Amino acid sequence: MNPEIALPILIPLLGAAVSVAFWRHMALQRHLAVLATGALLAIGLVLLWEVWHGGILVMDMGVWPAPFGIALVADLLAAIMVVLAGFTGFAVTLYSLVSLDREHENFGYYPLLQLLLAGVCGAFLTGDIFNLFVWFEVMLIASFALLVLGGRRTQMEGGLKYVTLNLIASAIFLTAVGLLYGMVGTLNMADLAVKLAQVEAQGLVTVLSLLFMIAFGIKAAAFPLFFWLPASYHTPPVAISAVFAGLLTKVGVYALYRVFTLIFTHDVGYTHTLLLWGAGLTMLTGVLGAAAQFEFRRILSFHIISQIGYMLMGLALFTPLALLGGIFYIVHHIVVKTNLFLVSGVARRLQGSYELRDLGGLYRSAPGLSVLFLIPALSLAGMPPLSGFFGKFILVRAGLEAGAYAIVFVALLVGLLTLYSMLKIWAEVFWKAAPEPTSPSPAPLQGPERLLLYAPISAMAAVTVAIGLGAAWVYDVAEAAAAQLLDPALYVEAVLGRERLQ
Amino acid sequence: MELLVALIIGVLTACGVYLVLRRRSFPVVLGLTMLSYGVNLFLFAMGRLTIGRPAVIQADAAGYADPLPQALVLTAIVISFAMTAFVIVLALKARSELDTDHVDGRGES
Repeated sequence: MNPEIALPILIPLLGAAVSVAFWRHMALQRHLAVLATGALLAIGLVLLWEVWHGGILVMDMGVWPAPFGIALVADLLAAIMVVLAGFTGFAVTLYSLVSLDREHENFGYYPLLQLLLAGVCGAFLTGDIFNLFVWFEVMLIASFALLVLGGRRTQMEGGLKYVTLNLIASAIFLTAVGLLYGMVGTLNMADLAVKLAQVEAQGLVTVLSLLFMIAFGIKAAAFPLFFWLPASYHTPPVAISAVFAGLLTKVGVYALYRVFTLIFTHDVGYTHTLLLWGAGLTMLTGVLGAAAQFEFRRILSFHIISQIGYMLMGLALFTPLALLGGIFYIVHHIVVKTNLFLVSGVARRLQGSYELRDLGGLYRSAPGLSVLFLIPALSLAGMPPLSGFFGKFILVRAGLEAGAYAIVFVALLVGLLTLYSMLKIWAEVFWKAAPEPTSPSPAPLQGPERLLLYAPISAMAAVTVAIGLGAAWVYDVAEAAAAQLLDPALYVEAVLGRERLQ
Repeated sequence: MELLVALIIGVLTACGVYLVLRRRSFPVVLGLTMLSYGVNLFLFAMGRLTIGRPAVIQADAAGYADPLPQALVLTAIVISFAMTAFVIVLALKARSELDTDHVDGRGES
């Protein structure tokens, strides 16, 4: 019994509930948001520490023994993801204290953000497939509201597509859960892993796994199911874009990792080959889409898609090294991508636009920001010694060892094209001379605003450098996490107890 | 009874898919609703169709009706109700904001 596993869900939920109760006390909501997300980060670190030393932690909700009750399970991958969710949430909350206007705050931004974090952490920690669906919905309804908060024209248009496609994904997910229950009569993931192996009609199990692949593929924005993402991610205020970019698609990726290492491993040759094709095409379409864009956040949105391809590649190759690389890549990506979005927000604050042609000269006027952009940008493209280099290096090496030369070629090519995109932003936004201002330029940054905008960006850039320089430590953690994923017996034993394993 | 339920689910889903593919937001909302009805019925049917059986195991009964899918479907109905309410409000707001109910936000074409 480890009650602390429930805390990453309870803390943000409690924060959201109290915030709603004090709807008109904005100062209190702000403090509470900082406190709750900070606590989430702290509890995530504690959880990671405990799992690292003590193995997989399990909590049966309401002391109903698994598989009858809902179990919360924290293995290393889940604990890593909770830490990242806490870190992103904390950084974005600090950033939004000064970047968000009053109008958004008054419409319940802080409670919604915490509800979103609760949903995300719930999806990471649950050990029950229907419960995963419920957490997905909690996360979705919060993200719907955040996406259209403020109600500008572009937000409405993007929001409608986002909502529709995600609801269709939920319908497919629910159908798949229903079929799964109809087939084996259980919803507990560990129990599923045991019972699905005994099903005679393995062909049906493969069909079922493809339903899950489509449902989670839509959430993860994998090829060819990503169209909702570039339509919507550049529309809301930048703090919201940043938290979406960092966390939401990664929940889909996490679900794919969980389901396709624990439950559906009966026909790896078929399902994971499909995933590999998806991974390669996701990388390519994402990066080519980005090359055609000339708006800061649109470029970054397309790059989310291409990066999802790398994570799927790790899962699809399905060797210890590849999974390790995939997990390393997720860690790197969440930090870097959130950071790039936050930088784009500061650029807009300084020059009033996201369009590359209206920006310029920031290297001269804000040299500190240029460095803070360059670190995550080069890391995204995979320059040594930053975090992205090691992520790509491990994946490429795993691909070579597995003999999958085509995907390795695609991965390297996409890395180059990513560099092109990042240099395009660098040349347009930072290097070229500042264009003639058409409207009166915004007030210069100073005092607490400057501090609160730059502190999260600097912290995330520092983490990027630290992951690069201390790659060996992250490698060790990711290696252990990958080893746990590849040995489902550990998970099953932790949830159901030793005797069920035979 | 199986045939009837299967037909209902099939028709609901087919109508839902057709409506979701329409170009105006109102049919899309209706389509999403029908899809969720279809899925909910399907989920319910996954507990097997039984008549006149106790919900919880009894010693003297021949079998039992699986209560779990009913609980699941209840949860799913509540969720889809909330989602539908949200989509309707969103579609209305988009309609008034964009002056068109085209899902791409464009006018007649």
